[in-house]
This record gives sequence, structure tokens and C-alpha cells, in this order.
Amino acid sequence: MLRKTRMFLAAVAFVLVTLLFLDLTDNLRHLFGWMAKIQFLPALLAMNLVVVVALLLLTLVFGRIYCSVICPLGVMQDLMARFNRKKNKYSFSKAKSWLRYGVLAVFVIALLAGVGSLVALLAPYSSYGRIANNLLLPVYELVNNGLASLAERYDSYAFSSTNIWMKSVPTFIIAVATFVILFVLAYRNGRTYCNTICPVGTFLSLFARFSWMRIKIDEDKCIKCGKCARGCKAACIDFKNYAIDYSRCVVCGNCIDKCDKEHAISYSPIRLTKQAKKKEDESVDQSRRSFLVASAMATTAAVLAQEKKKVDGGLAKIEDKAVVDRNTPITPPGSISASNMAKHCTACQLCVSACPNEVLRPSSGLLTLMQPTMSYERGYCRPECNECSSVCPAGAIRPITLDVKSSTQIGHAVWVKKNCIPVVDGVECGNCERHCPVGAITMVVLDENDELSPMVPAVNEVRCIGCGACENLCPARPFTAIYVEGHEVHKQV
Amino acid sequence: MSRKINRRDFLKIFGGGVVATSATLAACTGKDGKTTASSQEAEGQMTYRVNPNNGDRVSLLGYGMMRLPVVGGSERDNPDADIDQEMVNRQVDYAIEHGVNYFDTSPAYCRGRSEEATGIALHRHPRDKYFVATKMSNFSPATWPKKESMEMFENSLKYLQVEYVDYLLLHAIGGGGMPEFNNRYMNNGILDWLVEQKEKGRIRNLGFSYHGDVAVFDQLLQWHDEGRYHWDFVQIELNYLDWNLANEINSSNTDAVYLYGELSKRGIPSVIMEPLLGGRLANVPDYIVAKFKKCRPEDSVAAWAFRFAGTPEKVLTVLSGMTYMVHLKENVRTYSPLEPITEEENDMLMDIAEDIFNLKTIPCNECNYCMPCPYGINIPAIFSHYNKCIKEGNLPSHRQSPEYQKQRRAFLVGYDRNVPRLRQASHCIGCGQCNPHCPQQIDIPREMHKVDVLVENLKRNGKIGDVEI
Repeated sequence: MLRKTRMFLAAVAFVLVTLLFLDLTDNLRHLFGWMAKIQFLPALLAMNLVVVVALLLLTLVFGRIYCSVICPLGVMQDLMARFNRKKNKYSFSKAKSWLRYGVLAVFVIALLAGVGSLVALLAPYSSYGRIANNLLLPVYELVNNGLASLAERYDSYAFSSTNIWMKSVPTFIIAVATFVILFVLAYRNGRTYCNTICPVGTFLSLFARFSWMRIKIDEDKCIKCGKCARGCKAACIDFKNYAIDYSRCVVCGNCIDKCDKEHAISYSPIRLTKQAKKKEDESVDQSRRSFLVASAMATTAAVLAQEKKKVDGGLAKIEDKAVVDRNTPITPPGSISASNMAKHCTACQLCVSACPNEVLRPSSGLLTLMQPTMSYERGYCRPECNECSSVCPAGAIRPITLDVKSSTQIGHAVWVKKNCIPVVDGVECGNCERHCPVGAITMVVLDENDELSPMVPAVNEVRCIGCGACENLCPARPFTAIYVEGHEVHKQV
Repeated sequence: MSRKINRRDFLKIFGGGVVATSATLAACTGKDGKTTASSQEAEGQMTYRVNPNNGDRVSLLGYGMMRLPVVGGSERDNPDADIDQEMVNRQVDYAIEHGVNYFDTSPAYCRGRSEEATGIALHRHPRDKYFVATKMSNFSPATWPKKESMEMFENSLKYLQVEYVDYLLLHAIGGGGMPEFNNRYMNNGILDWLVEQKEKGRIRNLGFSYHGDVAVFDQLLQWHDEGRYHWDFVQIELNYLDWNLANEINSSNTDAVYLYGELSKRGIPSVIMEPLLGGRLANVPDYIVAKFKKCRPEDSVAAWAFRFAGTPEKVLTVLSGMTYMVHLKENVRTYSPLEPITEEENDMLMDIAEDIFNLKTIPCNECNYCMPCPYGINIPAIFSHYNKCIKEGNLPSHRQSPEYQKQRRAFLVGYDRNVPRLRQASHCIGCGQCNPHCPQQIDIPREMHKVDVLVENLKRNGKIGDVEI
């Protein structure tokens, strides 16, 4: 019963969270955006105390059901483990306490020190977000585009085609690596990641130890067959001593189902017995194999992070625009400042998935690795859109209304004379002026004393909000004649 | 002023013979009932018109070689594809077999590949089976000096694999007014050189095609009257929309009723181009289709336009750029033989012309003369999408309309489908290099910015009735 309920709830939650990343229409994000906001770490970073306290209470009452139901990375590992068709594939192992707490300590330090990239690498929901955004979304989009071309054939507008593009190579590689490592770990040993590396898992385990509802073995009924331990993906049942490590148990209920003859295992409120208490304390040792795997995984991740450190008719060819190398990266409206972004963002990629204008992509900067950054060669930050701010669960991009957005300066435009089409090609242009949503650009004569000199844009930096319409629609290619330089701290114009 | 021609004008223009028949016909009397599938093929004989200058018997249907099929379909969908020569041959064979004997090409068509393809297809037939028309084109000022122009003519003979051209035209005179005409054809002496070629027998008929500034048209006819130059034929744009409304649609254009009238009173035969406005008159809103079908259920919408263009008796031939065999067959059928437009049908067409005029579509016929845009804009595709949305009732009007969301989606999704983002109107910089090339005198950047503003508004006004800000 527990298992069935858990599986049902987990399936629903998993599908909803995943759809947040795959939603091409924004409708689901508006309905189920809260699914991202109840994720533990984003809620903590967003100072969403209601959610944090609720999750801790949940854990104190029921144990780590968060890890079994709400966390998409946990559910994904359960799905991966299903590929291993062997029965009785698990066995009890001692907790690897120093690794768990070591990682947690490193994580907390990174969090306080603002090393966003490390936080992002370890945060479970973010890891899942990256996998969904980098691996799942392209497949989903491919299917969508197939349907769109089908729809086009039948003159239907039900589906519209989207562009599939590589937003960031390092982030993609990290997503693939995370996926592969998790697959191997989950396939072989179930929830190894959750009980050794995951900082959220470790943190919740501090509360789960004292949970009110818990899995218990009835010593009178138990025949010590060990089936429960062999079916325990958390490797936390020491059946020989009738002991269960509640810090690692994710309350999946598999053991209850395994023990279907003797019915010796139950999920029920606590009734502390001295015996149980004693056994719990005894269990402290290491299992070498899991340790090796775990540290191998940590090293790989570190290596990856390092690597990315480094005559009539016809159509004219259009060169791709070069990505502008900006002195200051641009962060989306609502992020308040670069430091606010760095402190709160867990790099879950939800905003990157949500951006309909192909503006947001994961950063490649060392300290801001995988956190969102903006660039305008594929599109610009359109005035009718505040998707990223409405989906961010971590308070890195705070909700912002369209009115406030349209007066929030996130950067300013810079004109580059040597690329400007009226100067270079000698034709009229003014496309930047025509598309500036705030009227910050005026066309002026290049040379006041020469009536025939071309009209070129003059940017009023004070009015400019840095949306990038000018940069995106500038006809100069591959280097645009007008580009946006980011501001570290946003302000109202 | 009434847009309808009165009975007297009608008699004058469309000739007594027609009226005799029309008197016995009600406006909406269909053809005799035929139920066999054979109606796909022509049943009678092609209608011919006689060139009064030399007795040429020219088929009323002329084959325009501007929109030749390419491998994989039409050039619009596959701009880089090669011309499908095999298909061109098949279609030319079919045309000749069914009495078509006038083929019209130009050094500029199909990015310069049309003459050669036409030559290959026609060379497989006896020279006396067809008349070939080509042009002294003006697409690039680099070809304007006399030497280059002479070379253009010699190349035409070479590509067409002929010793002489039956009909040679000064291409699209009128754009840029008399100054440009003088620069292109007079100051370099090329017109006089062409007259010499005519005397030598290398050109059998000399004429011009006209778009744009009516002063040039009038001037050239005045020369004709004065005996300075003799025009054997003139090619004009004529269809039921441009008959009375060309000038109203765009003040730089001239109503066909005037052009045809001036030519016919001088006895100069008219060659008709744009009888279908690049397909725009075949692709009309459903309620107009219904009007046509109610009248003649078996006729296609296009057939009406062809019958209209072919009815005036001084029309020598009506050109149609037939990319597909199906259009060729249909047009052959329409003219085998021509069933002239009756007076009542004419009234109906004039009413429908008003309807079409009121749609306010952009008068682009997708001739591609403006292309390629140096900044990569796909001009005809943008206009065609805009027009399509108007015709299908998907041009979003106001946000309070219950249809708004549906129309908005159809417009925006269709826009992205038909035109890649980088080739959309938002990227038009307004340099205006396209404008001199447009035979319809469309102010292309102005229309582009109009479409762009519409798209921008649609994008911004998506979430109506949505609590979300």
C-alpha cells in the first residue's frame, strides 16, 4: 500500500516537474510552476520559509518521503534502477558518514562563499533540470517539430515549430556525465547518490532519524530471510540486527511488499525501544566499494568543470551573428544584480527552458557556471515576456511585472561605428531606432557639417534598458554595429 | 464615377459578336452539362488571333517562361534547385501539341536560366511551329551600355538556339520614368540598333512591355503616331482587377482600360501579362469563390480571369507562367475555344474586383524581380503570407474580437512557417534598393514596416484576458 501510494504520487510529481522543462506553450508552467518552488534547495535560497519549514516537518513526521516523491532526481534514479531486472539486487551496507557530512560541509561553505558553480553541481533538483533541459527537451522538441510539420500539411496551427540549439557545451557535457554516472550508480546500487553525495538528502537525514512514522521490523515475526535487505535500494536494512538506518531510508515501502509472507515489516508511528536505539548507534563504518564509486563521481564532476574553463530571385546568404564577448554579462530583469543571481541560482535551467526568445543560456564563467546569462544573437528580451521571472524557484530571478521590466535597466547599448551599415554600405538603415521599445535611440547625421553624411544611431544610455532589440535586429553580420553591455546592478530608469 | 463599363463601352471593347451571343445567355448559365471525367482535357480547338502586321496566327494562350518548374516543385519552395528540364520539355510538348505557339522568356527570368531551358525545349520542335518572344532586359545597370546590350541579344539567340526572334520587347519600360528609359534604350542607341536588326530579319516584331509611369507609355505611342518608331505589339498588364482599379490600388499605375484602349485604337495588338496577378486572382476568399462557383460550377476561379483577359478582340495572346502541368491543361481547356465573357459576367467581375480591392492586400505578384534582397529578406514570401492571412480571414483585427486569439496564432505561427525568422520583415532596414525593381510600383520598405508593426503588435498583445501581467 505504502509502495503503491508512493509510486503513484512520485509518478505524478515527476511528470509535472518534467513538463515544466518541456512546456513549449507556457500554460503548464503557469499551472504547475509551484512544483519547482517546493523543491528544497531552491526554496531555501529563495528564503521561502513556509516551504522549508513544511518540508522539514514533513520529514520529521514521515521520514524522507521528499526523496521518494518530490525530488525528481530521486524518482529518476528509481526509474533507472528498473532497468536492472535482477531480483534481490541490493544488500545492506554501512553508512558512509564522513563522505556524507563532508560533502554537506563543502556544500554549505560553497553556498555561503557564493561559489555558485559548485552549489549548482551538487544540487539535486538542478542536476535533474540540466538533464531535462539538455537531454530530454531536444527529444521532445524533435517530436513537437514533427507534429508541427504534420500540422502544417493539414493547415492546422495546433503545433508550431521550435529551434533546437546547443545553449552551452560545458553544461551539456555536465548533464550527460551526471546522467551516465547516476545511471550506473542507480543501476547497480539504487540510491547511492542520495545517501552519499546529495547534500539535500544528507541534510534531510538529520531530521529523518527522528521521524515519527517509520519502517519497523517485528522481531517476533521476522525469520531473518533477508529479502527486505535485498530489496532495499537505500541499503539501510540490517536485518540481522532488526535495525534500519532511518537517516538513509527514503520510505519507499519496497521492503514491506517483499515481506509478503511473514508481514514482519510495517510503517507505523514510533514506539521507542531501547534495543532499536542501541542498534542504530552501532552502525558506523564504511563500505569501500560505494566510497570509491562516490569519490570517482565527485572527481569526474570536478574535471568536467575544469575543462570548460578553457539575377532575379534567389535568397542572399545570411551569416550567423557572432556571440558578443561582453565585459559584464547580462542577467535577466528581476535578477536584481549579478551577485543576487550568483547567491540564489541553483542552475536548474528552468528559466533557460522557459525563455521563448532564445536569449537565456547557461553561463560558462567559472564562478557562475551553468547559471543563466543573456545574449542577443538569436533573439532579444521581448517586452511582453517575463517567463523566466515567473518560473524561478530560487529567488535568483524575482517575479517582475511587465511594467517594471520595461523600465528596468539591465545594461545599455553601445554603438560600433566600424560595423554600422549606413557607414559601411552607404545605405539608409535605422533598424535599431525603429525597434527600440523605449525610444532610447535617435538617428543623427554622422558629420554635422556634411548634409550628405549618413544617419547613424545615437544611444541615450540613461533611457536604454538593455533589452537587445537593437543588437538582435542590427543588419551587420557577423559583428553587430550595436550591442549591449551588461550592468552588474540593475536599476530603474 | 461608376466603375461599371456601360453597355456602349462594352460593345466597343468586347466586340459585337460577343454581345450577339450574350443576348441569348443569362449571366449565370453554365456550360452544357458534362459528367465525364474527360473535362480535364481540352475538347475543342485552341482560339487563335491574327497579328495584323504580318498575319501570324498566335494562340490565345501564351506560355510565360518566368516560373519554370524546378526539381522538387516550384522555385518558391526550392530557391536553389535546378530547373527541371525534363518537366519543361514535357509541358512545352503538351502545349505545342494542344495548339499553344507563343513562348515568352527573358534573359532575367529564373535567375537567368529561363532562355536556355526554353531553347532546349523548343529546339526539339520545327521552327515554324512556334513563336518565341524575349526581351532587352534592364535588371542590372551593368548591362545597359550598347556593347553589353548587343551581347545580351546575341546571347538570347544562342540560348534559344534560333536565327531570329519572333517578338522582341524592351523590357518593363516605365519604371523610373522617361529619364531611365532614355538612359537604358535611347542614349546608348540600342533601340536604333534593334530596329536595324529587325530590318535584317533577326527580329520579326518589335515592341515593349510596360509597367509604371504612364508618361513613358504615352511618349512611345506618340512616337508611333509620328512614325518615328513602329510598335508591332505592346505587352500590358490586364486583368479584371487592373481594368478599372490599377490606378486606385497604386497611383503610379495605370488602368488597363486606358492602356488597351490606346493600343486598340491604333491597331496595335496587345500581349497580356499578369492575367492572374501571379495567382492572386486564382486564390481569393471563399465567399468570392462561392460567387464564381454559383455562376459556373465547373469552371475554376482562374478560368474566369483567363476568359476576361482573352475576351477583348485586339488581344493577341494571354501569357501565363505555368509551373505545373495541371495549370497548363486547365488553361488550354479554358481557351479551347475561348468562351468570351458576357456583359452580365463582366458586371459581376467588376463587382468582384471591388471586393478584392477592398481586401487591401499588398499587390505583390511574386515575380521575384526585387530579389535577392541584399540583407536576406524574403520579400515575396512575407507579402504572400500577409495576403494569405487576409484572404483566409486571419488578419487579426482588434483585440476585443472573439476571433482575435485564433487569428493571432494563425498569423504568427504561419509567419514563422513561411518565412525563416532571419528573413522576416523585422530585419528590413529600409535601404530601398528593391523599390526600382518592382513592376507593381510597391513601396516595399513601407509595406515591410507595416507588416513588421502588425507582427510586433500581435506579439505584444498576446495575453488578453489573462490575469498575468
